[in-house]
Amino acid sequence: MIEKQINQKAWFMVLPVFLLVAFSAIIPLMTVVNYSVQDTFGNNQFFWVGMDWFRELIHSERFHDAFLRQIMFSGIILSIEIPLGIVIALAMPKEGWGVPVCLISMALPLLIPWNVVGTIWQIFGRVDIGLLGHSLAALGIDYNYTQEPIAAWLTIIAMDVWHWTSLVVLLSYAGLCSIPDAYYQAAKIDGASRLSVFRYIQLPKMQRVLLIAVLLRFMDSFMIYTEPFVITGGGPGNSTTFMSIDLVKMAIGQFDLGPAAAMSLIYFLVILLLCWIFYTIMSNVGEESSNGGV
Amino acid sequence: MANITLKDIAHSYTGVSDNPDDYALKKLNLTWRDGGAYALLGPSGCGKTTLLNIISGLLVPTKGQVLFDDEDVTKLPTEHRNIAQIFQFPVIYDTMTVFQNLAFPLKNRGRTKEEIEPRVIELAKMLGLEKDLHTKAQHLTADAKQKISLGRGLIRQSVNAILFDEPLTVIDPQLKWELRSQLKYLHKQFGFTMIYVTHDQTEALTFANEVIVMYEGEIVQVGTPEALFERPEHTFVGYFIGSPGMNICPCELRGDRITVEGHEIVLDRTYPPQQSNSKIELGIRPEYLSLAQPGEPGLPVKIIKASDVGRHMVIRVALNNREFNVVTSDFEGMTKDKATLIIDTAHANIYANDHLITGEKA
Repeated sequence: MIEKQINQKAWFMVLPVFLLVAFSAIIPLMTVVNYSVQDTFGNNQFFWVGMDWFRELIHSERFHDAFLRQIMFSGIILSIEIPLGIVIALAMPKEGWGVPVCLISMALPLLIPWNVVGTIWQIFGRVDIGLLGHSLAALGIDYNYTQEPIAAWLTIIAMDVWHWTSLVVLLSYAGLCSIPDAYYQAAKIDGASRLSVFRYIQLPKMQRVLLIAVLLRFMDSFMIYTEPFVITGGGPGNSTTFMSIDLVKMAIGQFDLGPAAAMSLIYFLVILLLCWIFYTIMSNVGEESSNGGV
Repeated sequence: MANITLKDIAHSYTGVSDNPDDYALKKLNLTWRDGGAYALLGPSGCGKTTLLNIISGLLVPTKGQVLFDDEDVTKLPTEHRNIAQIFQFPVIYDTMTVFQNLAFPLKNRGRTKEEIEPRVIELAKMLGLEKDLHTKAQHLTADAKQKISLGRGLIRQSVNAILFDEPLTVIDPQLKWELRSQLKYLHKQFGFTMIYVTHDQTEALTFANEVIVMYEGEIVQVGTPEALFERPEHTFVGYFIGSPGMNICPCELRGDRITVEGHEIVLDRTYPPQQSNSKIELGIRPEYLSLAQPGEPGLPVKIIKASDVGRHMVIRVALNNREFNVVTSDFEGMTKDKATLIIDTAHANIYANDHLITGEKA
């Protein structure tokens, strides 16, 4: 056996990364933790309150409402964008001049900055000058996103689908393109139907990219801020006040640093938890289904 | 079950073209008899897979017809042709168990559970998969995965033909031999037409009753393994089959005599005169060459290299600048680097422009 040489000097090699992570993540996060357990009456004087802010927040109706809105929003977004993205990816051409045309037109919405997307839809939906809002009004449909919660929600959902479905499409398309031809040929020989090809070849082969798509779309939609802020500013009433909008209101609008810090931490932990759940479920989904039998 | 006939088949991946170089397959006619075991042999890129895909319907040929008995199936899609095909790399349905994988082709054709189950279990036993029947296919080794692919090809009992596209490439040599014998056994038992594509001559020769050798999109010879060995119809066949391949050497031909490097050899056949510009070559298997002590009647050669390949030795000798391989089991006593090369003229073949010409017994 070769004796392993012990050399603690190698730790110094990790130092730059450690410093980088410390300044970019650990220290800011600890500042938030610090705020979340203290209260202040100004004058830069803080005093210890322990878990009070957390307790208060968890029992506050305002937080419950924002949280539910957020869950609902992410749920709706995922259940539209993932299937729609897969369907579009399946319909895209695999060769010829159509490929670059489709890829570029798919990638375009992804290149537009968030607040520009918000502005586009804010104007697009306006009843007085917007193409969408005006046309709907002319058709006699009662649509006004500044006054009706449903219209506001529909506008934001339509906007998010328009902005982000492409990401799912591109990921799914990449997954589909990596399937060797032999699989489709074998399926033909085995007499598989179109549906079976999707169910037993395409979907399992796309599993990994879909996992990434779901995680990315979930995280992004759960943290959505800029677009609804530009379009509705959280209104009408509080109907589109999602968690991050509420957080900013609390932290910067009201300057309640303690509760805002507590909310940030809970927000962060919820995202972490949900991502972990998604990841676990989706990486095991192939294992659980069909255990033996015909 | 049917005879499969290829009529004037030609295929170009770029569509109809006047340039013969665009064709991966150049006009071929062939009939596969029902129940035959065929091997399609040739180097990579000679059009073997193209030919196979045309039979199974994955490709529609640019020209010509595919007939099953008398029915023209050229345009019939794969799923209606009742053909099984096994690919070079294992194709399995990841989310299914081994059982479900094997049952899939039957299930898609609407067979009942009572029909499927015994058949799957029987086949799994033959392939040695019965222990893994309810394991997810994706957890198995490459060997086992390819066995599943084979199994899906063999599961249907009424197929017109089973096409194998180099199916044992990913299998360990030990198991390769075993599976090949199993395939032969299955062929005897069920009498499917089997077409086996390979670039490995041992595989082809042990598997098939009849071997089709392809070269650059053309069929150069169809015959039994013996015929391919004894009377290759094309220099490529001579070179490709056998290890080492046939010695091919330019010569001059006059009736029953040839001149090789200034040495005259009398053959036991008389050949008709050939056109003056044609390329005449002598083809002789290393197995039909032997060495004697220098000074004895024959061709004086220099020994370049002797390699022991196990059962016999391969000796490389040179006659002036022409080199020959000699296969011999008796190399004792050849101490000097000079020897005499003796040609067994009964097994000498003469080629004109790469094609075998026949002579009459003198």
